[in-house]
Amino acid sequence: MSLAQTDKYYLPQPSLWPIIGSVALLLMAVGGTMVMRDIDNGGWILLTGLAILLYMMFGWFGEVIRDSEAGRYNSQVDASFRWSMSWFIFSEVMFFAAFFGALFYTRVLSVPWLADAETGSLLWEGFQATWPTAGPGLTQDGFEFTPMGAWGIPALNTLLLLTSGVTLTWAHWGLKKSNRTQLILGLAMTVALGVVFIGFQVYEYIHAYSEMGLTLGAGVYGSTFFMLTGFHGFHVLVGTIMLIVMLLRSIAGHFTAENHFAFEAVSWYWHFVDVVWVLLFIVVYWLI
Amino acid sequence: MSDAAHAHDDHSHGHPSGVMRWLTTTNHKDIGSLYLWFALIMLFLAGSMALLIRAELFQPGLQLTNPDFFNQLTTMHGLIMIFGVIMPAFSGFANWQVPLMLGAPDMAFPRMNNWAFWLLPMAGIMLMGSFWLPGGAVAGGWTMYPPLFIQGGISYDLTILAVHIMGLSSIMGSINIVTTILNMRAPGLTLMKMPLFCWTWLITAYLLIATMPVLAGAVTMLLTDRNFGTHFFNAAGGGDPVMFQHIFWFFAHPEVYILILPAFGIVSQIIPTFARKPLFGYASMVYATASIAILSFIVWAHHMFTVGMPAAAQLFFMFSTMLIAVPTGVKIFNWVATMWKGSLTFETPMLFAIAFVCLFAIGGFSGLVLAIAPVDIQLHDTYYVVAHFHYVLVSGALFSIFAGIYYWLPKWTGNMYSETLGKWHFWLSVIGMNIVFFPMHFLGLAGMPRRIPDYALQFTEFNQIATVGAFIFGFSQLIFLAVVLRTIKSGEKATSRVWEGAEGLEWTLPSPAPYHTFETAPVVK
Ligand code: HEM
Ligand SMILES: [Cu+2]
Repeated sequence: MSLAQTDKYYLPQPSLWPIIGSVALLLMAVGGTMVMRDIDNGGWILLTGLAILLYMMFGWFGEVIRDSEAGRYNSQVDASFRWSMSWFIFSEVMFFAAFFGALFYTRVLSVPWLADAETGSLLWEGFQATWPTAGPGLTQDGFEFTPMGAWGIPALNTLLLLTSGVTLTWAHWGLKKSNRTQLILGLAMTVALGVVFIGFQVYEYIHAYSEMGLTLGAGVYGSTFFMLTGFHGFHVLVGTIMLIVMLLRSIAGHFTAENHFAFEAVSWYWHFVDVVWVLLFIVVYWLI
Repeated sequence: MSDAAHAHDDHSHGHPSGVMRWLTTTNHKDIGSLYLWFALIMLFLAGSMALLIRAELFQPGLQLTNPDFFNQLTTMHGLIMIFGVIMPAFSGFANWQVPLMLGAPDMAFPRMNNWAFWLLPMAGIMLMGSFWLPGGAVAGGWTMYPPLFIQGGISYDLTILAVHIMGLSSIMGSINIVTTILNMRAPGLTLMKMPLFCWTWLITAYLLIATMPVLAGAVTMLLTDRNFGTHFFNAAGGGDPVMFQHIFWFFAHPEVYILILPAFGIVSQIIPTFARKPLFGYASMVYATASIAILSFIVWAHHMFTVGMPAAAQLFFMFSTMLIAVPTGVKIFNWVATMWKGSLTFETPMLFAIAFVCLFAIGGFSGLVLAIAPVDIQLHDTYYVVAHFHYVLVSGALFSIFAGIYYWLPKWTGNMYSETLGKWHFWLSVIGMNIVFFPMHFLGLAGMPRRIPDYALQFTEFNQIATVGAFIFGFSQLIFLAVVLRTIKSGEKATSRVWEGAEGLEWTLPSPAPYHTFETAPVVK
């Protein structure tokens, strides 16, 4: 069904979903704080909040999908979706920028300062500025770890994600040619590549924690390593879930060759996550 | 499928009433009112904290508070005034006015709009609730510097998560505003014909989307340093507490423009109305706003001159900061030029707008003084800084909010406010405000540090003057509350144009503006 092209604005009815989402986030924040402070039952409050949040997302997105399939969104709404997705991705870029900034700052500035003959040596005599490092204090206390190399799993993961970008584009071509088999096949391959990526990442983390002494607590190298790869991995997870939704919707016959912004939005997001990974691969894994 | 049939049965669903109306509303006017009421309530809460601070500082020694509670008060006062008063109030204006000024029926995403608002009370509950937690509320300053912020108790975690929630709210609100402005303008309303208020909010929203995620990153690192063993801000692990300051101010300097650009917009609407002349130099206003926004990303370390940085960096940040004064000066010049040879009248909105121009300029000048690195080494963390940012925030941001409320309240409620009470509110506020904050320049120059509950004897007189002013200022806000409540209930009926010199789409609507407006777009020539 194609979108109704009218000059009438689309206005949604009052909705309960947002307030449900607000309550969910309140519960999650309070529960999360209780968990971090070891207060009983925090975990339950956190999980309740999460469950409510998921319920809200199902309900709210479901409503949007039904509205879209019923042809209630005109071209103006479509343009609004495009603008908002672009700005949302920009905000994500800035979120990652904070952590890339932290990595740059420590590598280029603070670690060398700590080894500086004038300033650093006052605190930790003999500390050598190298990267990766767990920092002068931890090193002097005998803390040891092995940094993560680039050419094993991380290189493989790079290959996986880059390939997934290609399969997703191929799926998009299929959609534009109204070739549903190509669309579904392409999406399924992309999802599979995403899942394998996450599996490898989980394996890498387990390996780092159990064999390499590389943990969140491994000084600033461990901190930046896990923060950057962890937030990236979380984005891959979210992206994969969104891709699965697109896959299910494609199987259910949603989208037309002209109108499929949900699909495009997810693919923008996926390519963004891809680009972040390439940067990560270069500055976190490779150039050490 | 016929769309007309749709529109018809859409309207036959009954709208919820009572509390449910406000919880579920997707109407930009309802949501605008919610934002404004929230801001007003928070203004009184954070204002009470300020009065407690000033009462403590009436005399040297400790009278009413202990140092820890005093620090909780200054921290929460700052956090709530910024995130709970000024920002929500501006969002309230954006919600009410942007669709009316653009000839749009509502915001681009009405449901997300509701969510962006209703996250704020949740964060408010977390912040205010933390006063009753073991250890009390956060006392590490609104700037949240480590290592202090890493050492506190449970309310520190709660505050970090509250900041996350408020950030989420700001990002969603801003995406909504940007999209509305870029995509929902009435046919013919080109960007360069858009009211300046919309321009300033467009640029503010861009700043918010660019910097709120950076703040989220910074406080996330605090959270993991506190709870998950990371070492971002710990030198023993190779991190650096100063890094937090860099990331924080990369957010927080643009943030101060987030707190003032919408004020520029409001004042730029009001002055032409009461000068009965079009705004002088509209295009230069737009370009000045844009250059302020761009420059605001490269000046952050002027907050950090005393933490240690290479001389070259000091010079860079000093000159880039001074550069911002140029577009700011363009704006002040344009406002004055708009008034020049106009047929001025001085209703309350205009009074607040003129006070804004004069007093904001004082704040700008003290900012320039602080921008001089060698001078700032003397003045940093003294009351001079407190004087500076209260001139830009109280007589700047807050006065513009008052001006805007007096200006648009007749359009929103259909009733005129009481000009007599409005003038009382104005004069008491202006006088009170200057009595509180002007002496703080002298206190700062004489070396009184900020955020300390006790002080040396020689600072007593100026502190007593400031406290008296604070109580005058604080209690005169009750007049404001009374004006608003009375105007909503009764008052002389307002015409649709309300002000003789008012221009723009919102004034073509009846007063009060109907619940649904511009369901078919007006055409702008
Ligand atoms: C001409 C424009 C401005 C200049 C040159 C300027 C300069 C400065 C400088 C150099 C400082 C640091 C002082 C120190 O801590 O030693 C400062 C602090 C501050 N400014 Fe401005 N400023 C300007 C406008 C504004 C505006 C428009 C706002 C907000 C609406 C603002 C809000 C603040 C705040 C809140 C602080 C204190 C932050 C803190 O340490 O808690 N400033 N300003
Ligand atoms: Cu600044």
